[in-house]
Amino acid sequence: MSEIELKDIIKKENLVYERSKVMTDNVLSFCPGCGHGTAHRLVAEVIEEMDIQSETIGVSPVGCSVLMYNFMDIDMQQAAHGRAPAVATAIKRVMPEKFVFTYQGDGDLAAIGTAETIHACNRGENITIIFINNGIYGMTGGQMAPTTLPGMPASTCPFGRDVEIMGNPLKITELISQLAGVYYVTRQSVHTPRNVRSAKKAIKKAFENQKLNRGVSFIEIVSNCNSGWKLSPVAANKWMEENMFPFYPLGDIKVDGEIVSK
Amino acid sequence: MEKELRLMKGNEAIAEAAIRSGADAYFGYPITPQSEVIEYLMLQKPYETTGMVVLQAESEVAAINMVYGAAACGRMAMTSSSSPGISLKQEGISYIAGAELPCLILNVVRGGPGLGTIQPSQSDYFQSTKGGGHGDYRLIVLAPASVQEMFDFVELGFDLAFKYRNPVMIQSDGIIGQMMEKVELGPQKPRRKPEDIAKQCPWATTGKPVTRGHNIITSLDLVAANQEKFNLKLIEKYKTIREKEVRYELINCDDAEYILVAYGSSARLCMKAMDLLRAKGIKVGIVRLITLFPFPSKILNELAGKVKGFLAVEMSAGQMVEDVELAVKCKAPVEHFGRLGGMIPSPEEIVEALEQKIIGG
Repeated sequence: MSEIELKDIIKKENLVYERSKVMTDNVLSFCPGCGHGTAHRLVAEVIEEMDIQSETIGVSPVGCSVLMYNFMDIDMQQAAHGRAPAVATAIKRVMPEKFVFTYQGDGDLAAIGTAETIHACNRGENITIIFINNGIYGMTGGQMAPTTLPGMPASTCPFGRDVEIMGNPLKITELISQLAGVYYVTRQSVHTPRNVRSAKKAIKKAFENQKLNRGVSFIEIVSNCNSGWKLSPVAANKWMEENMFPFYPLGDIKVDGEIVSK
Repeated sequence: MEKELRLMKGNEAIAEAAIRSGADAYFGYPITPQSEVIEYLMLQKPYETTGMVVLQAESEVAAINMVYGAAACGRMAMTSSSSPGISLKQEGISYIAGAELPCLILNVVRGGPGLGTIQPSQSDYFQSTKGGGHGDYRLIVLAPASVQEMFDFVELGFDLAFKYRNPVMIQSDGIIGQMMEKVELGPQKPRRKPEDIAKQCPWATTGKPVTRGHNIITSLDLVAANQEKFNLKLIEKYKTIREKEVRYELINCDDAEYILVAYGSSARLCMKAMDLLRAKGIKVGIVRLITLFPFPSKILNELAGKVKGFLAVEMSAGQMVEDVELAVKCKAPVEHFGRLGGMIPSPEEIVEALEQKIIGG
């Protein structure tokens, strides 16, 4: 077999993947191996495929994904820490015909923004919430999150989370699924190609639900934080499968307004 | 055309003015003494007539962040609260100032600190005029002294907010909010259409058409030098506001030997005190502040060369008086008189204070 040269590989007919046109040229600010970049891409691809770039307004949180607006070629607002669901509520209320989503981390959505999250969901705001759960505060340097697992170390629980002292991790997604205003709840991951495809399907379904005026679609993506967890990207994904998934099991929790998980 | 007159509470006048000014959204949370604002809106159901959104939020924090979201879409958005609730909103107000968004915030001030009282006060002057939340920013602060001005300042407030892309606060108090007076209502203005908003607010996040780049509303800049540039830009804006938007009313200041400086309810009380003093042959005038920021320093400094002294009358422990002193620059005596904690001064007490602190002092 003859050697294939680079100039042959990059020919148009050999192209198997292209960055979504809904992403900008800016270089992602995430650590190598982080799931955020993949999650961003999936949101962009869904927006592109649905041809709703001009009709979508996103809300970025405070946390690692605060700069999402630099990477997405759509109109975006940056919300105060935890307040994205309140901000998104107003955007959707003043422009009900638009597609509105928030993209939030665990500290943003499940600690400081718990009230805004629960009430926006309970009101049944017709928005999409994308929740990245990596069990740690990434941007501030690896502190304990509301979703940090029992025994899991972080810089503010260096000997592991002792639930007797620090309280229990919050399964906010299960809690959200109980609310009447919530139509679709699913827990996904983006650490394997199969999971990426599944997560993308879920995100698409969430945006399609907005078209139908169904209320909140809530997608948790259990993700890694190799920097915060102090593991290599490969080891972080393995650790996530072995430790995060048993506590935060993947799969649909509520579909078409009905609880489907056991 | 015949005037449309109505007897209404200050809080109701604010709500009616919001509908009639063509506002797009109100987000609020109940707190005494201003709950009539959202109650009135919910009774009027503007969402069925003008299409104005009215929503009771889960907290003052959520309400101000809803204002952020709607304002960032170029919408005329407002909220209202009273002192403890305004404290909760400060984070959002700082973000709104930092993102240069226009909006209207009503504070019907009650006595503090803490939960304080539900009675009228003016003890939030520092919070309103010196920033309130974190960072270097200013609000434009309007101080109505009648139910009519509660109505009129809604449209004025929105105009200023959009002119300068800056949050505007109407600082009222429990008296003005609760008392009933005759109000001449303005006409119903239509809400702006999406194309009007796109023209007026090219920065708004309304969905990116192919004809422009994406709009981003944020208050974040991780590069210190850029943040400083932005801060300097804000300072320039506040300088322009100081030059162009000072509003006040001079009452009998031409022949005055003594000046009462006051705003809102206190200015109303000073009117009676002035009459009592003039009946005694003491020539008293009033400078009534209409804007608390920008502060009318220039006129006070000019008057300082002509009069024998100033009495700052406010329902606080002495907040506005500091700005009076800065304006007067020691050219004349400045004293403070105030009642606290929701107590309202009587005109006689103001007379006595002027006589003892300034005339006899």
